Amino acid sequence: MTDWTRASAAQMAAAMKAGEVTSVELTQAHLDRIAAVDADVHAFLHVDAEGALATAREVDEARAAGEELPALAGVPIAVKDILVTQGMPTTAGSRILEGWEPPYDATVTRKIREARMPILGKTNMDEFAMGSSTEHSGYGPTRNPWDLDRIPGGSGGGSAASLAAWEAPLAIGSDTGGSIRQPASVTGTVGVKPTYGGVSRYGAIALASSLDQLGPCARTVEDAAYLHEVMGGHDPMDATSLDEPVPSCVDAARQGREEDLAGVRIGVIKELSGEGYQAGVEQRFEESLELLKARGAEVVEVSCPSFEYALAAYYLILPSEASSNLAKFDSVRFGLRVEKATVEKTMGATRAEGFGDEVKRRIILGTYALSAGYYDAYYGSAQKVRTLIQRDFAAAFEQADVLVSPTTPTTPFKLGERLDDPLAMYLNDVATIPANLAGIPGMSLPSGTAPEDGLPTGFQILAPAHEDARMYRIGAALEKALAEQWGGHLTAQAPELEVAK
Amino acid sequence: MKALTYEQAMEQFDPVFGIEVHVELNTATKMFCGCANEFGAEPNTQVCPVCLGLPGAMPVTNEKAVESAIRLGLSLGCEIRESSRFARKNYFYPDLAKDYQISQYDEPTCFEGSLDVVLDDGEVFTVGIERAHMEEDAGKNTHKGGTGGIQGADYSLVDYNRGGVPLVEIVTKPITGAGARTAEVARAYVATIRDIVKALDISDGRMEQGSVRADVNLSLRPKAAAGEDQDAVPFGKRSETKNVNSLRAIERAIHHEASRQAGLLLAGKPVVQETRHWHEDTGSTTPGRSKEEAEDYRYFPEPDLLPVEPSREWVEELRGTLPEHPAKMRARLKEEWGFSDTDMRDAVNADALSLIADTVAAGAAPQSARKWWMGELARTANDREVALAELPVTPADVAELQGLVDAGTINDKLARQALEGVLAGEGSPREVVESRGLEVVSDDSALEAAVDEALAAQPDVLAKIQDGKVQAAGAIVGAVMKATRGQADAGRVREIILQRAGVEG
Ligand SMILES: [Zn+2]
Repeated sequence: MTDWTRASAAQMAAAMKAGEVTSVELTQAHLDRIAAVDADVHAFLHVDAEGALATAREVDEARAAGEELPALAGVPIAVKDILVTQGMPTTAGSRILEGWEPPYDATVTRKIREARMPILGKTNMDEFAMGSSTEHSGYGPTRNPWDLDRIPGGSGGGSAASLAAWEAPLAIGSDTGGSIRQPASVTGTVGVKPTYGGVSRYGAIALASSLDQLGPCARTVEDAAYLHEVMGGHDPMDATSLDEPVPSCVDAARQGREEDLAGVRIGVIKELSGEGYQAGVEQRFEESLELLKARGAEVVEVSCPSFEYALAAYYLILPSEASSNLAKFDSVRFGLRVEKATVEKTMGATRAEGFGDEVKRRIILGTYALSAGYYDAYYGSAQKVRTLIQRDFAAAFEQADVLVSPTTPTTPFKLGERLDDPLAMYLNDVATIPANLAGIPGMSLPSGTAPEDGLPTGFQILAPAHEDARMYRIGAALEKALAEQWGGHLTAQAPELEVAK
Repeated sequence: MKALTYEQAMEQFDPVFGIEVHVELNTATKMFCGCANEFGAEPNTQVCPVCLGLPGAMPVTNEKAVESAIRLGLSLGCEIRESSRFARKNYFYPDLAKDYQISQYDEPTCFEGSLDVVLDDGEVFTVGIERAHMEEDAGKNTHKGGTGGIQGADYSLVDYNRGGVPLVEIVTKPITGAGARTAEVARAYVATIRDIVKALDISDGRMEQGSVRADVNLSLRPKAAAGEDQDAVPFGKRSETKNVNSLRAIERAIHHEASRQAGLLLAGKPVVQETRHWHEDTGSTTPGRSKEEAEDYRYFPEPDLLPVEPSREWVEELRGTLPEHPAKMRARLKEEWGFSDTDMRDAVNADALSLIADTVAAGAAPQSARKWWMGELARTANDREVALAELPVTPADVAELQGLVDAGTINDKLARQALEGVLAGEGSPREVVESRGLEVVSDDSALEAAVDEALAAQPDVLAKIQDGKVQAAGAIVGAVMKATRGQADAGRVREIILQRAGVEG
């Protein structure tokens, strides 16, 4: 019997259409896989077997009745716990929201339901998406299916790990500084941060509003393209949502697989290499460039000198906005309440107990950065850096259609290795952060495993704002070339996890 | 330390003041969500994820509120910024759902205006406007048990219905040169704002419900020596008195603060820069937060909202919709209606101007309209403790009533009874006259019979009339009026009496 969990979402959709498998069978297979491996991986904070199977049954009945169904109908999906879901707990990885059931659906949750995709459950994440390892979850870390002693990236480690562990074919992520792309890189999966405003943020628990963007997580570029089209589009409930058509990601991915890259200019960002970059990461990156050249692309070097300040600017803007966004967790209307004699003391005690150390660290940083007398020096300067980075990108995109770099400087590090060194942890996002500061789209796809440790390496593609489709074309072309070398997708090379009885 | 009277304080010091007025807009929905913007619903029934600040929810700007803010700004002579931003004002408070208020900070939509206010004696005083910006209101806390304050209560309840209601805050520049007329200028300024928002129909303008609320700040500085420029004297430390919510309270609060500060200064004590609470019952203020312990609101641009960027064309289109400035309108109406200064001032103070205007528009003579609204109806409103406009009678009713009097269908006394019926909900004046049978008896034969009866009953009076003592006819008129329950035309009755008595009228 076929193990359907090893198929791509596109294959699952086609098989259901051809009557080879039902959504109930697919959904059950994934629920069984979760039951078998998630005690070790801990990708999920909540599994909704009943709800997922109910949706699956409805899809099967509708299909049997000859109803016209959306492309991904019946394909199960995992949802990062940052997205509010009616009828399912939503915690954003924080103890302060333990047991909270939102009374409403996020726009993307609604779109998934409208696409008739069974929601398997909610995936683990660093608390309020603050972190690059999922170790800052209030509910314990997620482990990397490639090596359970290593981090799956963060903040969306749960979503990425669920894909690499064959627990779900698709997942939703959110990317504020790399929280989709960095986990994709270290788990050998695909992750996309769309253009800012391309996907509605309504119902995504805000970390840093001007940087946050929801996006698709998948094992193939094509699957990510399908999910991107489900998620995207204008939403009147999000004032920052773009009022323009959803990019044709699926078509672009098809073009990338079928056509060569003649006339495509690929810009290698000079500043995102060298010191701090692992040899195997750079080696796989160079090999990928060669494959793209072989398909007809022209490779040029570009320089983005302001990237030097990106990390510093990011760690002023993010904590500033986060300190305000997280104020509402005050015990008055929802979530944890640590009752004290006065309202003020109750608020303070609740936040002291409910928030983890990393969250407190960033709230303190942000509160300080926004304080009277410091605002101009910190928040104000950071916004200026943002403008400079946007200019760097604009100039680079004059010379190239897309820009590329390794997604992360290193392969996944060990759990606990960087917990006491926030700066080392922050450095993990040095290549992904500039895209968030500029609002442009970015993709990470696997480029192989590093020879020295056998762990996944990621290849990042950045495109100008609104040009998300370009990444899918280039990404699909590279993915095809790599798959031809490997004889399949990278995730197939991951060591098999021990299956619980 | 002895408090001075306001007049004494003004003799010794030069006051500088400023006013912040919050206007609650009457848009159908709230500032950033689709919830109904209505006063008085059951607690927490007009709420949604957005105005409850639930995780994940996001604001969307109410375009109608932006339109109202721009029209108000234009009425205050403000510039309208081509691109303005919302900002977050961060502070923790249970009634503030998100623990930040979306307001405007460094880039208000309307700025640099001025407003002419007309004082009681007709003098015009120009008030500089610094800015008019949009923001959302907070919810409402009720503290139960204990001291009743937030710190000492047994528990507190929060109603978020008001949370997210659209407000425009209008901030004046420091107002100087009003001298002893400071309290009067302050009162007239707020009254003018109230009249403007009502004329614009962007707010119900009801101060008693908090639709228009004022914070008044005041400082005193020494009077310049003779021949020296008062403007060269630096401002003193100011106090800001919060939530002064009636026109009379504004005058009283200024009187109180000026006296209090003058007392301190004369005693050589410093005035503390602080916010103060107004107490309506005692007419006094008590200290709130001092500037030293004031919160740092950590303002920054609201990242969930796009800048407000009204096109020039739209702004000009809105400028075309502005009603006449209330002061100009008053001058014009006074002229058209032939009212005296007193008539006009009384009508304005009673909030009767638009009612009178509508009554005149419905066909009544201005003086008749004034007589009803400022007489019978003002008394009724006073008895019932409601605003004139809240009485269950329309300007059209009043015009109809006066029409019936003018046509002789009813007399003044009957008209008052008819009005009573209208106020009791019995229908239009015409319907009440009919149903209560209030029409004057104009049938001569009925009146002649009544006169004959009355004369027969009082032969001595008849004799007096026939003796030439015509004024004695009054007693007969009274008797006839009584017999007809007031429904006779007294003039006609008199004529008939004189005819019957054989005396020329
Ligand atoms: Zn609402």
